[in-house]
Amino acid sequence: MKSEKPMRRRPWAAGFVIFLGLVLSGGGYAAATNVVQADASSPAQVDEGRKLFLANCSTCHGSNGEGAIGGPSLIDVGAASVDFQVGTGRMPGQGSGPQLYKKPVQFTEPQIAAMAAYVASLAPGPAIPTEEMLRTDGNATHGGELFRINCAMCHNAVGAGGALTQGKFAPKLQGVTEKHIYEAMVTGPQNMPVFNDANLTPEDKKDIITFLKYVEENDSVGGFELGSIGPVAEGLFVWIFGLGFIIAITVWLGAKSN
Amino acid sequence: MSDIEKVYPAGLAGEIERPIPNPGIEPHRLRMTDKSEKHARTAEKQISAMFLVSVIGAFIAIWGFVAFPINDGDLSATRNNTLWMGVGMALSLFGIGFGAVHWAKTLMPDAEVSEPRHQARSPDESRAAAVEIIKMADGESGFSRRKLIRRSLYGALAVFPVPAIVIFGDLGPVVGDSLKNTMWREGVRLTKDPTGIPIKASEVTIGSVFHVIPEGLSDLDHKLEEKAKAAVLLVRVNPSDLNEDPAKAGWSYDGIVAYSKICTHVGCPVSLYEQHTHHLLCPCHQSTFDLANHCEVIFGPASRALPQLPIAVDAEGYLIAQRDFDQPVGPSFWDMRK
Repeated sequence: MKSEKPMRRRPWAAGFVIFLGLVLSGGGYAAATNVVQADASSPAQVDEGRKLFLANCSTCHGSNGEGAIGGPSLIDVGAASVDFQVGTGRMPGQGSGPQLYKKPVQFTEPQIAAMAAYVASLAPGPAIPTEEMLRTDGNATHGGELFRINCAMCHNAVGAGGALTQGKFAPKLQGVTEKHIYEAMVTGPQNMPVFNDANLTPEDKKDIITFLKYVEENDSVGGFELGSIGPVAEGLFVWIFGLGFIIAITVWLGAKSN
Repeated sequence: MSDIEKVYPAGLAGEIERPIPNPGIEPHRLRMTDKSEKHARTAEKQISAMFLVSVIGAFIAIWGFVAFPINDGDLSATRNNTLWMGVGMALSLFGIGFGAVHWAKTLMPDAEVSEPRHQARSPDESRAAAVEIIKMADGESGFSRRKLIRRSLYGALAVFPVPAIVIFGDLGPVVGDSLKNTMWREGVRLTKDPTGIPIKASEVTIGSVFHVIPEGLSDLDHKLEEKAKAAVLLVRVNPSDLNEDPAKAGWSYDGIVAYSKICTHVGCPVSLYEQHTHHLLCPCHQSTFDLANHCEVIFGPASRALPQLPIAVDAEGYLIAQRDFDQPVGPSFWDMRK
């Protein structure tokens, strides 16, 4: 700690105390359903969020977020879900299909925060993680083990992504912010399952994010990754270039010099 | 009929009346290096350049080793170390090889010569001498004469390989019924992989996936062998989405279902779960199981639904197994129903 300021006077301290208090007092149920933070947003922000929601989201999600044809209910999805979906540009959706794509973000940070505050005001749900929860100073080894058990089958062992059924896919995790990784785990966007705090504790999630950032920022020991997409790409490379080189040498050895 | 009948000469069926004449050795073609001293000198320079590349490669390998020492905690150094050592040594070896081949092809004599093979059959005198030697050896050793020795030798030679066959018995333990049962017993708690923390039913929210191992697995000596059979995927779906077999209605708990994670095709872990379609996809061969519909196969090479683990909740709210799976997990085998 460089700062002389006592921990309890830090700006996030109040939020952290509320968070801690709720986690401890709420017990198993609260932990399981991720009701982690009281609604600390101002009424003005909620009101601003409601206006944005009505103008941009209500066609599909209903004028009170209750869901409509083409869009699910947003009751109890929480601020984290809005922050993830809108913050990665997946929402507003471009069209129906097996899966929504990541695209340029359509709203500013304050607008996203306002919409998140509005949706969070509808019913309690997963909150946006705090800075403290997203620091990449966890245990990368433990995070790697958890990632291989819970995530790697879809997202690939180092988060390069992979295919699912009928046009769906698990996106690559390289280049995704810590906050969005955390929010995806806690909300389960689209067909991804939910990993609540009973399944992967906030500490576990921090370790997983630490692992992902570690493999993203460090070179692969084995040489070029070839996209890290596994033995098929590596095999193809060897078959085409390795075997091609051997055939070229064989032809050269057998040819007469001119 | 008579016009198609033809009398063939006795002997080879494929006898050719007018064989293709032996073309002999093809005419020798002079290379540019034979005709022009200038070209020969160029080739000479090329060859020595390749040998020089080999020397440079060796120095690159040494430089890679010295410049990027492998030390703990810096994996990128390991990468550079192996990369430059490999590149350098490859250049070094290929330089010598390419140079040698280029030398042989351009400057060494390349006149075609023919060298007839000798007959495979030995001359008659040598064959007769060999027969004499064998007869003499038989006479001196008494191999034909001493029946007792000969027959006991045959016996010894017949029994000698038997130990080599017997040691196949050491390839592994007899399988027995270990393929048909797993660690799951009545009352065994469902715990999280890898920590072994028991799971409460209230913690499994809708859309959640837990990767589950039986309680006490980590205490076993051969835990991976047991895990390979007992691994389970625990999911909670909205009970209205679940189409349950009435006979197995008591096997789930309030929308929480547990299925074997071992694919019934060739045993890969089936764990790619889609929250809204309830599809479970196997990453190896794309077998797809419908979790909402007793995990029946809806796509791919698997031929059998994933076995369901009957679960219940104990007095403390933790999820427990009612009993073992009702059928073997993983790939089917011929006497699995016995």
